[in-house]
Amino acid sequence: MTDRNDAVIVGGGLVGPLIALALSSEGLRTVVLDAQKVAKHKAADFDGRAYALTLTTIRMLKVLGLWEPLAEHAQPILDIKVSDGRAGQGASPLFLHFDHREIEEGPFGHLIEDRHLRRVLLDRITDDPLIHHIPGVQVTGLSDATVTTNARKVADRSVNGRVIIGCDGRRSKVAEWSGIGRTGWAYDQTSLVCAVEHELPHNGVAHQFFTPSGPLAILPLTGNRSSIVWTETTAVAEEIQTRTDAGYLDALRPVFGDFLGDITLTGKRFTYPLGLSLADAFVADRVALAGDAAHGIHPLAGQGFNLGVRDAAALAQVLVEANRRGEDIGTLDVLERFQRWRRFDTAALAVATDGINRLFSNDNPILRTVRDAGLGLVNSLPQLRRGLMREAAGLSGDMPRLLTGHRI
Amino acid sequence: MESQTTVDPSEVAKFEAMAAEWWDPNGKFKPLHMLNPCRLDYIVDQVSAEFTRDPRQPKPFEGLRILDIGCGGGLLCEPMARLGATIVGADAAPRNIPVAQTHAQQSGLTIDYRHTTAEDMAAAGEQFDVVLNMEVVEHVADPLAYLTACQQLLKPGGLMICSTINRNPKSYVMAIIGAEHVMRWLPKGTHEFSKFITPDELFDLITRAGLDPVDRKGFVFNPIGWSWSLSHKDLSVNYVTASVKPTP
Repeated sequence: MTDRNDAVIVGGGLVGPLIALALSSEGLRTVVLDAQKVAKHKAADFDGRAYALTLTTIRMLKVLGLWEPLAEHAQPILDIKVSDGRAGQGASPLFLHFDHREIEEGPFGHLIEDRHLRRVLLDRITDDPLIHHIPGVQVTGLSDATVTTNARKVADRSVNGRVIIGCDGRRSKVAEWSGIGRTGWAYDQTSLVCAVEHELPHNGVAHQFFTPSGPLAILPLTGNRSSIVWTETTAVAEEIQTRTDAGYLDALRPVFGDFLGDITLTGKRFTYPLGLSLADAFVADRVALAGDAAHGIHPLAGQGFNLGVRDAAALAQVLVEANRRGEDIGTLDVLERFQRWRRFDTAALAVATDGINRLFSNDNPILRTVRDAGLGLVNSLPQLRRGLMREAAGLSGDMPRLLTGHRI
Repeated sequence: MESQTTVDPSEVAKFEAMAAEWWDPNGKFKPLHMLNPCRLDYIVDQVSAEFTRDPRQPKPFEGLRILDIGCGGGLLCEPMARLGATIVGADAAPRNIPVAQTHAQQSGLTIDYRHTTAEDMAAAGEQFDVVLNMEVVEHVADPLAYLTACQQLLKPGGLMICSTINRNPKSYVMAIIGAEHVMRWLPKGTHEFSKFITPDELFDLITRAGLDPVDRKGFVFNPIGWSWSLSHKDLSVNYVTASVKPTP
């Protein structure tokens, strides 16, 4: 038992490596089983994907020493403008405007490109003596805290640990093999994700337009570039995705507007069908789920990655604290503390996100009136949400230490 | 003392079932499981401070000899063994010993479990760096004699952690009416109110037994979060103390 891995992490995306690094920072040893090959990770061309990192996410990256190599690639969000617009008409008169000067902590957050985040995480897990990163490996089964794989380079083709952590996405095999079902629903909506270059500077302003077909987010990247998350009904999105770049831009320009001058595409184009996928439980005996494996939410609020980061911070803290007490970190008793901590937050955000989307993705005239009047009320939403979150914190304990900028 | 290797094979299945019962967080011993992280936090903090160990390091208790009196199924012994301590678990109930041994084996841990009492071990001249004396003193017939035996079991400079239940109207309601009658966490009759001890009485007994009390804190149940936490101020029901044996 002395040489047993503390944790085996299935999934080499973003949340898996982050958990490995959080655990190793407190002396726990992990194996990361990664389906991707290193070469694939290192294909460093800009591909258009980016994440809006919240302040708490950045605090955690700082504590783990990940922010320093990322900072030069990060674009601060200095202002967020939310508006209710009809295609081609720009914003409605009731216009929401949050300015970072109104809050004391500086920028709302930062935009970081997927490729930079991935590279920094990969470099760090490769160098870390307590992390054994095994790339290019398929997992084939899980029982009795042992993950079986197809890899010849893995002794006995299996790896065991005190706890198995599934960070393997919304179609999590770890969840399936642990008998954890999922609840979810799909929308007839698909997000088109791409990046554009524009003539005029964005000045660090993020925009969110709520259009009848779905929301459009314009998120500032470094330079005169922005990341676009553009949601349409699935049929429309699929048709747009098949077009040439010129045809794609013809569809985007009227929605985007001309406030940043002319736009051109840069990087690749992606589509993500919208849907909510919540695991029925986040833990089982010797198993924990994190990130999309626990809760896949659609990208409306850009919160998917940040939720995964909160999972990572909470799970790492539960495991590290249990380990310091000498508890067996893989028992259901210990893992349920993580589930209690995360479930309320996850459900609240998923439902809130879902509610907002349903309210705005609709051209019903009555709803539109409610929306226009209601947008003023959204000004009080941060307060409402803060109240809700305080309640959640009261029920579930304090914020994980890593998210407050402290070691576990 | 019973030999640890001669377990009747026909009894093994029974012991395994009982071990499973002891270690089921939602079973018969649920209250102990709920309290355990809090008890362990206190023990780890106090032992680390007294013996200048860093709990962030692997096996911080390596080299420490620890005795757990009233070890039951091993809920404290196993964590201490994982932290690197050399641990002896003693229980006056003979059937707990093979049960705890069975579970330690399943956990891959080496723990010296014995059917014995504090008084017998003290008479045999055994000595430890740490004596864990958790939720026992309110069950013994002569607390002073018992605590004196605990004192004799400590090396000079050794540490005793002792937890018990306060005696006042609130503790009667919480520990007897609440835990035994309403929640049915504990079998009726588990506790006798008259045997509960106030913190001042306990400090007095500990001092008369020859130890120096150095710390006391409350274990407080939060019914909303459904978990226990340590409190500097609220010792009104469950509480825990640390005492040191003076060096000559």
